[in-house]
Amino acid sequence: MGQTIAEKILSAHSGQEAYAHDIVVARVDFIMGQDGTSPLAIRSFEEMGGRRVFDPERVAFVIDHSAPSPSEGVSNLHQLMRRFAREQGIHLYDIGEGVCHQVVPESGRVGPGSLVIGADSHTCTYGALNALATGVGSTDLAAAMISGQMWFKVPETFRIVCRGTLPPGVYAKDLILYLIGQLTADGATYMAVEFAGEAIAQLSMEGRFTVANMAVEMGAKAGLMEADDKTLAWLARHTRRQFVPVRPDEDARYARVAEYDVSRLSPQVACPHRVDNVRPVEEVAGTPVQQAVIGTCTNGRLEDLRVAARILAGRRVHRDVRLVVAPASRQVYLEAMREGIIQALVESGAAVVTPGCGPCVGTHNGIPADGENVISTANRNFKGRMGNNKAFIYLASPATVAASALTGKITDPRHFLESR
Amino acid sequence: MEKLRGRAWKFGHDIDTDMIIPARYLNTSDPAELARHCMEDADPSFAGRVQPGDVIVAGRNFGCGSSREHAPLAIKACGVSCVIAASFARIFYRNAFNIGLPILESPEAAAGIRQGDEVEVDLGSGTITNLTRGEQYRAAPVPPFMQEIIAAGGLINYVRRRLGKDEV
Repeated sequence: MGQTIAEKILSAHSGQEAYAHDIVVARVDFIMGQDGTSPLAIRSFEEMGGRRVFDPERVAFVIDHSAPSPSEGVSNLHQLMRRFAREQGIHLYDIGEGVCHQVVPESGRVGPGSLVIGADSHTCTYGALNALATGVGSTDLAAAMISGQMWFKVPETFRIVCRGTLPPGVYAKDLILYLIGQLTADGATYMAVEFAGEAIAQLSMEGRFTVANMAVEMGAKAGLMEADDKTLAWLARHTRRQFVPVRPDEDARYARVAEYDVSRLSPQVACPHRVDNVRPVEEVAGTPVQQAVIGTCTNGRLEDLRVAARILAGRRVHRDVRLVVAPASRQVYLEAMREGIIQALVESGAAVVTPGCGPCVGTHNGIPADGENVISTANRNFKGRMGNNKAFIYLASPATVAASALTGKITDPRHFLESR
Repeated sequence: MEKLRGRAWKFGHDIDTDMIIPARYLNTSDPAELARHCMEDADPSFAGRVQPGDVIVAGRNFGCGSSREHAPLAIKACGVSCVIAASFARIFYRNAFNIGLPILESPEAAAGIRQGDEVEVDLGSGTITNLTRGEQYRAAPVPPFMQEIIAAGGLINYVRRRLGKDEV
């Protein structure tokens, strides 16, 4: 019987032919924890009686959710992580290195066929590299750090085929917001999603990370893509490791298959307080915004900053708007400096903060005031998400956020792109 | 298995982890501290009024969002004996089992139970009794593999026991 990508990867890592609904114990290739979740995992590790991690090369911690620390409580949790990492000989990405979901792919540790768990729900991002990667809690992380294994229920797969070509001014972010709006926040719960079709193939790797990143916002366990020449070229720039791409069989069994034509898509905006409350920009244009955020594991990559700079360069951010920019990693930050992107953003009025998650997850670096509207390139707009439950968060592409920062209201970025 | 009994606290669909425990309170892993802010952005009065044994009853996709285990920990630490929902987001589902917070999936219970109803839950049989309305509901059976984890008292004990046995 044919297998999906998820079934093949779980089969290869469990030593048994696995199909949807089976429960398997599988060996994991890489384990990641961030500063919101690792302290609890360390405690569980100790309570379990763990002494050594199974393989220090396959475990990493990232300090990104509150980086640098905004309080003594967090500082002490960071200290706990640093001490544990030193004792165990595992790599710790400290403040300023970047968001976990950017630094892990950049490290070259993850590629086609990898099985990865991370104590962060957006671990599904690495699906863009044809890896089965999924978010877990701290106790699961601790058990896997000890044993190198985790139990999985093999997910059913939902194949989403994206046809056509995205129009100018419409990006990967708009595509995934549109899909989430169509399928809702629990439209793929417990399933692995396979994103396919020419519209996905045409995306850059950056764009593919954006799409895979948000698979969890429809409840999915993983958001997978096939590896193609772009994937392999991207990997070759980051590692010498060799990976074998995993393709679904022709006769693989899918729980559901859906096709969408994205050729006539408009820029999309997710409105408060739900990620699936998605509308075309035309319907919400004119809504005033007081803060704009460009960054995060969804849209803080070089291409994202480049698009924003294209709109913002030579112009000034509206006087009633704060624009916060957080590059996804130090590497992205440095490349953006070399290209003059950071210069253009800062000249336009942007406040550039340390690579990290703060503005998205509400730990620091731009908590909105009561009643304010924020437009952000992040992946979640839940009530209270940015640290104030009386603020309103709109999600959009970097282009839409940049255009809105200029006008002080939600704005269709195509007005600015056409004029250049 | 034990029977649980308490008053129902009703919540809607898509209760996300930021509503259960916002990231601004993740500057501690202390369950008692987390409990003080439990459900704060959904119902600010909840943490102050919930009684030991009470039951959270919610709609679809409970616990969606972050992988933070602080969410089930906060619920457990404020004395909630069990969460009943029409459905759960998958990371929350796993985390709840791993830390030993009983959860039951039952669309009919989620629809039938009202705020303040007295509810009794038989975890062994998956039967939920609404003592206020004299109704009974069935919950989806717990997968056998996860029953082992519950029987061990959570994943920590489960692993500790196996480590002790295998001397890994």
